[in-house]
Amino acid sequence: MNGALRELESKHVLHAADIDAFLRSRKFPIVEGRTVTFVFVGAAEEVRLRHWISGLPTSQKFQRFHDSPLWTLSIDIPEGSRVEYKLELVRGGHHQLIQDPLNENLARDPYGANSVVYGAGYAQPDWAQHDHEARLGEIQEQSLSSSAFGDTRSVLVYLPARFRTSRRYPLLIAHDGPDYLKFASLRTVLDNLIHRLEVQPMIVALIQSNNRLIEYADDERHARFLVDELLPMMEARYPLVPQPAARCLMGASFGGVASLAAAWRRPGVFGNLMLQSGSFVFTDIGHHDRGPVFDPVVRFMSDFRARPGRPADNVYLSCGIYEGLIYYNRSIVPLLQSTGMQVKFTEARDGHNWENWRDRLREGLSWLAPGQLWMVYE
Amino acid sequence: MVRSNVVLLGPQRLQPTLKDAVDSLGVRGRIASVTAGWEEREREDQELAAHLHNRTYNLGLFERTEDVYRCDPELATAMRARHDRLRKLQELYRVRLSHLMEAARELLRRESLPGYAGLIEPEVRGAIDAVRRLDDEHVQRVREVHVEFAQRWKPQEREHVARHRREIKDVLDSSSALCIAGGHVAILLNRLRLFGVLDLLREQPILAWSAGAMVVTERVVVFHDRPPQGAGDAEVLEVGLSAVQGVVALPHADKRLHLDDRTRVALFARRFEPAVCAALWPCTRMDWRDGRWSGQSGTRKLTTSGELLEVGA
Repeated sequence: MNGALRELESKHVLHAADIDAFLRSRKFPIVEGRTVTFVFVGAAEEVRLRHWISGLPTSQKFQRFHDSPLWTLSIDIPEGSRVEYKLELVRGGHHQLIQDPLNENLARDPYGANSVVYGAGYAQPDWAQHDHEARLGEIQEQSLSSSAFGDTRSVLVYLPARFRTSRRYPLLIAHDGPDYLKFASLRTVLDNLIHRLEVQPMIVALIQSNNRLIEYADDERHARFLVDELLPMMEARYPLVPQPAARCLMGASFGGVASLAAAWRRPGVFGNLMLQSGSFVFTDIGHHDRGPVFDPVVRFMSDFRARPGRPADNVYLSCGIYEGLIYYNRSIVPLLQSTGMQVKFTEARDGHNWENWRDRLREGLSWLAPGQLWMVYE
Repeated sequence: MVRSNVVLLGPQRLQPTLKDAVDSLGVRGRIASVTAGWEEREREDQELAAHLHNRTYNLGLFERTEDVYRCDPELATAMRARHDRLRKLQELYRVRLSHLMEAARELLRRESLPGYAGLIEPEVRGAIDAVRRLDDEHVQRVREVHVEFAQRWKPQEREHVARHRREIKDVLDSSSALCIAGGHVAILLNRLRLFGVLDLLREQPILAWSAGAMVVTERVVVFHDRPPQGAGDAEVLEVGLSAVQGVVALPHADKRLHLDDRTRVALFARRFEPAVCAALWPCTRMDWRDGRWSGQSGTRKLTTSGELLEVGA
């Protein structure tokens, strides 16, 4: 138990002033080495911690402190971890999920925001925060009439600072691109990493799908869209290096599946893949238990595992160790290596979320598209 | 050729000090400028020109080299082949360097451990000497590549290089100083060497910063302690133009080096001593005057004790 809590424990009667003093005395959750103590103050019949750490019970019960409105829960969180969570309150028989009122740290995603606790030693990377010295890139909007999908697609295009039509740039295609911008600070990250010469100045096509669970799950139309429609459009409108070595597909979760599947269907087009927490679910025997949306993914993974080919030259693969997908991601590393591709695999003490994917951008992009850090001194 | 009057400055983008340096030298009239390290942005030098009250004349070395490549494809091919050779040499050097640097770092780590007193220092010295010998060998190999290239191709006697050299000389003859900006250090060095620009200067002073400061030294050392990939071992890249002696120029040292890590600082300084490892961050300045260095207040050097001391201390 935490020292301050022990002090409270020693009191026979806990007054409101004692709790106020306790709350004022520190930041919450309380992080002491590997022990993290969550605290809630308020009326409830039950308080639970809800998190998404694979391998632990997803719901863990707080203990009420004597008969006071103070509730606590201590759990083990390894150093360097990031854990997103919510509190579940039971009041009058009703269950309610809330952000931790004592914790101002939030991680946002398309579904809202979660509270987030940083394990000892974790620091938000400086390269993901605004740097007043970094020159800023620009975002343009393009639209593309797609025969593959029979509709018109909007594509945001990131152009690096000091963009010049007189030179040629590598191309990165980011699945769920607007989400990468919004939840993984991709624009700031690119500005900073390019400014720091850690990645090459590059053009980024930020694509999105209104039906990603279908289109990103090894949909043949998606490969056609990328290779026969998006790529020619980008090459026609922007000065790109016209070689596979200068092209990269990136995606997280189902976006990782979309990237690998498209490169597998159309080998020799994309030299580089950046696959973050790919939903590479497969089974060795029997049916999977992830619901019908995963059926095409599992079919793709079966085909891919049987005939991997050589989808690209370099693959950066990352996954959080608190995700259920870590098993699948670890499992495909030897398979990817066996194809002759260069593979770099990173495990993070994090979950299936956008800040995990943000935190791996420097390592992945600087490996796939290294900048001229060693040669340029401005 | 060693010059008599050279000023090395810290990076100029955010806190330019070039004009003060020019004024302090009493430079009047036109200033020739080299921005070839900026590559295709070479001509985007309006801020530099404005800073010097539009007294600059850009020598256009990047453009001139492109012209030479177009007009003299044989020389262009030969230069590309030399580039490939140098790149491979650098790869081989890097393989050997990584092992020697790891050994030196490991021994330095043990210096403070109990039980090694009286034993460790000769081992450390030997490990650092091995790195120094490798650096020397590499410089020699690189020098041989350049000598062989110059003897075989005599680039400055070829028609199109010679034509550009005459034009450059005309500009330099009517200029009171030469300023050399930063950028891509190898490209900048390559362009300055191709046209033999410093040989065309008379006694005018040179003011150089960032990569410009690196190329006028005897050895171009590239460095970064915290790259996103790799161990971050500084490498000797090239033979410099040797306009000055006894210095290793380290622009942006505050951002590129772990200057609070005394072991790394000491190793860096011991590796290159007796040269002064000059930390050239914004607003720093080192003057090379008649064979002697002096530093403006605030300009620091890396020392073998692991401290940063004022240049001149």
